[in-house]
Amino acid sequence: MALTKTQFGYRRHPDQDRAGADIAEHAVVVVGAGPVGLSLAIDLAQRGQSVVLLDDADRIGEGSRAICFSKRSLEFWDRLGIGQRMVDKGVVWSVGKIFHGESQLYQFNLLPEEGHKRPAFINLQQFYAEAYLVDRVEELPAIDLRWRNKVTGLEPRNDGVVLTVQTPDGPYRLAAQYVVACDGARSSLRQMVGAEFAGQVFEDQFLIADVKMTAAFPTERWFWFDPPFHAGRSALLHKQPDDIWRIDLQLNRFADPAVEKLPENVRPRIARMLGHDKFDFEWISLYKFQCRRMNKFIHGRVIFAGDAAHQVSPFGARGANSGLEDAENLAWKLDRVLRGTSPVGLLDSYHIERSAAADENIRESTRSTDFMAPNSHQEARLRKAVLSLARETEFGKRMVNGGRLSTPSIYETPLSTADGDSWRGGPRPGASMPDAPAAGQGGEPIYLTEAFMGAGTGFTLLEFSNGTAPERPDGLGTIRIGGNGGLTDSAGLAAKRYDAEPGTAYLLRPDGYIAARFRHPTRAALDAALARAAGHI
Amino acid sequence: MALSTSSNFAKPDDAFRAIVEAHRGLNDEQSADLDAALVLILANHIGDLDVLKEAIALAAQRMLGASQQQAQQQQQ
Repeated sequence: MALTKTQFGYRRHPDQDRAGADIAEHAVVVVGAGPVGLSLAIDLAQRGQSVVLLDDADRIGEGSRAICFSKRSLEFWDRLGIGQRMVDKGVVWSVGKIFHGESQLYQFNLLPEEGHKRPAFINLQQFYAEAYLVDRVEELPAIDLRWRNKVTGLEPRNDGVVLTVQTPDGPYRLAAQYVVACDGARSSLRQMVGAEFAGQVFEDQFLIADVKMTAAFPTERWFWFDPPFHAGRSALLHKQPDDIWRIDLQLNRFADPAVEKLPENVRPRIARMLGHDKFDFEWISLYKFQCRRMNKFIHGRVIFAGDAAHQVSPFGARGANSGLEDAENLAWKLDRVLRGTSPVGLLDSYHIERSAAADENIRESTRSTDFMAPNSHQEARLRKAVLSLARETEFGKRMVNGGRLSTPSIYETPLSTADGDSWRGGPRPGASMPDAPAAGQGGEPIYLTEAFMGAGTGFTLLEFSNGTAPERPDGLGTIRIGGNGGLTDSAGLAAKRYDAEPGTAYLLRPDGYIAARFRHPTRAALDAALARAAGHI
Repeated sequence: MALSTSSNFAKPDDAFRAIVEAHRGLNDEQSADLDAALVLILANHIGDLDVLKEAIALAAQRMLGASQQQAQQQQQ
């Protein structure tokens, strides 16, 4: 962790000197400076909002915890100005291999095509991600990050929330129009609003260890069913920066956590896995997985995001990545509502879109966990049949579930305008924008995700030129492909990935999701789609 | 496509026989393994989730019947 600042100081804030009913008023208070709260604060600040960010600790958490960050998360972080730093430090990967016993069953490539700015995944310890996010926060004067500020009370009001905050100097109160709770799976704000957090607890225990070693394993995700070094159970090996390797071992459901966690008990197991014992432990943790979510992500003026709102098992990298998707989904909506350019109802779409995404993530990760730890003899028998059929058949390979890795959800949302034209492919409304390579006026390469950033932070029209520019609403960003002054789609990949013909246009939301698409947009159609996407309909 | 429950084999006895013979000489554990593999192979061949769900529902009616009978017997 050299060169990375992880310890921060408490500083008294003038808000704490306000007495009695004269409490400071803020537009947004974000609670929890983890990856989700930090990213949300940055996005809001870049949109011009002032944000108070409270965290009860004064240091970045230990242990690597989340390690897999998805293409979608990297594209979001690109917009926050820190994507490249994450990728430079991270371990890039796209290939996963599944083994059964001694032999490989199959391998998959999560990004088998060229022409994307970002890889399928990087592995990066969560503390690096958080440290880089904090560095970015410190560049943004609109974010007021207060360490050792623990929320101990929450008082809902019609037009906001009053928080009581405990500090080393004692408590103070502050008011916010909106509070976003990004305070993790054990969210105290969730308890303060009295919300349930119901779901399923998995009986099987998993041991997660980060070990330091130099090894020649490729940068791939390796997953074993019933490996020779860990008979009858599953195991995962994954590379992180700094010669750190993540190892997950499934344990007996009756294993005693205190005993299993002892390095002298973990070491021989991992030595059998690696074939040597030339490694050091960085971090050992024992988990029972839970999949659960809140019924409502919005409670009056308190909005929940990330693990505070939903929790999944880690096989599939759906925890941190879905929290980051929450943040990118919420930031632009909250900004518009605070500005009054969209009605308050726009926020309902945050719950609609992200709770459906949470359901999908919970479904996928539950299926993976059940496949790894069958619940009955018959489930174990069916799994055995799948693993055995996977040796000989394509369909068997596809049924083996060693974790289905996070991809962005496609939203069924009132913000989308249903297709009126005929499409053979391309992203449908509610999907996130696919990347593609293009070239600028001087021939310089530019990816569509970069052109999207260059087009501003609002709604953007991606046009495939037919020589005439469509008449368009004011204030809409533009990405033009082809025609005078447009980008060149030299490889034809943009047209292919968007099923585009001359005249085709996609209306992109500020979070890069498709709001509507047209073969030949009219002004009236664009106005209507824009109004719908902004929550006016 | 809906689940077909009309008789599809020209010689249904041959089909039944083929399945029965596949189980000959197997103990219960092996038979259950064989069935599990067979179900997965046939389900993939059908390749239609709605049809599969209909088939599961039809098969599961037997379990329903069994538990109802059991309940009735307990009442008597």
